[in-house]
Amino acid sequence: MDLVLAKAMPEDKANAERAASNVFAAAQGRLPGAGRIADIRARAFEAYERVGLPHRRVEEWKYTDLRVLMRDVLRLAEPPDASALRRAQAAVEQAAFEGAIKLVLVDGMFAPNLSDVAKLGKGVDVQTLREVLESSASDAMAGLVLSTTTDAMISLNTAMATDGVVVTIAEGKALRRPLHVIHVSTTSSASHFTRSYLHLGDGAHGTVVESFVSAESACGYQANNVMIVLVGNQAGLSHLRVKADAADAVNISSEIIAVGSRAKLNLFDMIRGGAVSRYQDFITLAGEGAELCVNGVNLLMEKQHADTTLVVDHAAPHCVSRQNFRAVVDGAGRSVFQGRIIARPDAQKSDAKLTMRALLLSDQAEADNKPELEIFADDVKCGHGATSGGLDESLLFYLGARGLSENDAQALLIRAFLGEAIEGIANANLRDFATSQTERWFKARR
Amino acid sequence: MPLLEVRNLHVCVEGREILHGLDLTVNAGKVHAIMGPNGSGKSTLSHVITGKPGYQITAGRLLFKGEDLLAMRPDQRAAKGLFLAFQYPVEIPGVTTMNFLRTALNAQRKARGQSGYSTPHFLKKARTAAKQLNIPQSMLKRGVNVGFSGGEKKRNEILQMALFEPDLCILDEIDSGLDIDALRIVADGINAMRSPDRSMIMITHYQRLLNYVVPDVVHVMSKGRVVKSGDKQLALELEASGYAQFEDAA
Ligand SMILES: Nc1ncnc2c1ncn2[C@@H]1O[C@H](COP(=O)(O)OP(=O)(O)OP(=O)(O)O)[C@@H](O)[C@H]1O
Ligand SMILES: [Mg+2]
Repeated sequence: MDLVLAKAMPEDKANAERAASNVFAAAQGRLPGAGRIADIRARAFEAYERVGLPHRRVEEWKYTDLRVLMRDVLRLAEPPDASALRRAQAAVEQAAFEGAIKLVLVDGMFAPNLSDVAKLGKGVDVQTLREVLESSASDAMAGLVLSTTTDAMISLNTAMATDGVVVTIAEGKALRRPLHVIHVSTTSSASHFTRSYLHLGDGAHGTVVESFVSAESACGYQANNVMIVLVGNQAGLSHLRVKADAADAVNISSEIIAVGSRAKLNLFDMIRGGAVSRYQDFITLAGEGAELCVNGVNLLMEKQHADTTLVVDHAAPHCVSRQNFRAVVDGAGRSVFQGRIIARPDAQKSDAKLTMRALLLSDQAEADNKPELEIFADDVKCGHGATSGGLDESLLFYLGARGLSENDAQALLIRAFLGEAIEGIANANLRDFATSQTERWFKARR
Repeated sequence: MPLLEVRNLHVCVEGREILHGLDLTVNAGKVHAIMGPNGSGKSTLSHVITGKPGYQITAGRLLFKGEDLLAMRPDQRAAKGLFLAFQYPVEIPGVTTMNFLRTALNAQRKARGQSGYSTPHFLKKARTAAKQLNIPQSMLKRGVNVGFSGGEKKRNEILQMALFEPDLCILDEIDSGLDIDALRIVADGINAMRSPDRSMIMITHYQRLLNYVVPDVVHVMSKGRVVKSGDKQLALELEASGYAQFEDAA
């Protein structure tokens, strides 16, 4: 076995890398930004090429081996033409969040005609990444927007990002209406990359929803999106994300978040589609007394693979973090939750709690829950718990004896189970939105 | 035709026979009491009648309104008018009692081809029934049985019985864990539901319940069989002499 692998690996890796090289070379001229920005991209691509697609021997990716699940990086999608935009529009309407201001990215390109930029209020500024990187003052923003980490998929994104939204909410301002960033994939067998930036100034408040959807008949695409979020001191952000990709799509989203002192971040990550989906959130509680509440649900069937990986870094004293995840896995689905909590040496009085529970609805369903603690401060309160198992037979019988069919009894218990994560969403409208999204999964499952 | 007919019922759990040829006939409008020592198979009988998985029925017949119960799923039996008040009601976190009651009631009605109750109509019905059983409205908003005391759980079972209006009610130790006042409230609730079309099987260890809800027939179960049947006097005799006399009969 090992011998076969040892032989097969270098060749596979070489193939994948050749494909990726072609992808970057072929994308030249499509990637905004020259000079220093082009340098950053080239270096990021080199960094990516050195390691290639993450695989099971990379600790953070051990349950989501992209060499197996993704094989290689597909060609960059063409910018959307009129017909692609029309198809995207239908998907946007399906995904719409009532009352929100839409910012739509189609195949990695901002689509002004599908977006509502004109409706933005005072103190809220939205630019496209393309504008920022191509403006004369771009150097100042470049390092900020195109920061790299050691994660290969983020490096690849840095190299390849074609567009994105750059949102700033000025100090003390509040978004009057939620922003809804909608990523639509319309092109089959192609990849796209966006890089976005969300900055809430000190004391600013806002609600941002992000959806990942596909136009009808789009299949086999690869989405790679990165968002960098800065939540200023005493600011407040409610942020909900839903991945509802085409059944055979790959979608990797990375979020790099810093939360200021006494700021509050309420985050929710849902996966209810796609073949291979991953959220990777790197959250730093950077200011004293920051509060983080992250909840999430993975809803899987057939052979879907969903991975939610979080690193919550308590870097300042008196910060609170709550993480609560639920997975419902049917068919041969596989759910992965990885949660690492770090308490830095001076993060005294850190208070962190992490719970992950998976409900397995079939014999082939699988869940990997991996909580990890790295505690360097001595006065901290950290706890975690992880469980997985099937529905409770005695509850099913009780409900059956009260007249509920097996299907209805299951659905009632699954909804209650998901409710444990959804109730962590602070904003009532977002809570309803999350619930309605889970209902779509129930419908698809039938 | 009897409402319920159990003939020569043999039941195994995990390869061990627990009911050894049990016979029981319940006619419409009658209240039966089943008494018997711990482990004699009373709860097992109630589970088999309502269709709990995990029991192998190796012989015998089980007819409800003349139809074969063994061919029906638990939800179909409920829709047909069968109800079990559980000896140990389960807790269902995240499902409010109100939501549960409405979902269950409307599921049963739908299965019978009746239209579902509207929300206001249902709420009124549920609130009235709860009030009669001294169940505070706040309890209806909590998860089903979550954090309920033992007595509250039992009252919640009777509330369901009152709402579902079943034809055959099996009450498995409905009196256990009830204080004196609660026992009276629950007994009143049961008596209020007695009617010429409705039958009950009360499984109990104590005469006290039977003082409030006077049975028409009393059975003694021992080692997986009904070993003696009689009228309410039989219960009084048991209270005086215990079960020892039936050990040999079984
Ligand atoms: N799932 C099971 N697995 C193994 N044995 C079982 C199971 N269920 C019941 N039994 C056994 O069957 C016998 C009858 O149990 P049952 O609960 O029906 O008694 P009961 O008459 O209701 O007793 P009690 O008065 O204590 O409630 C007992 O010996 C019990 O241990
Ligand atoms: Mg019992």
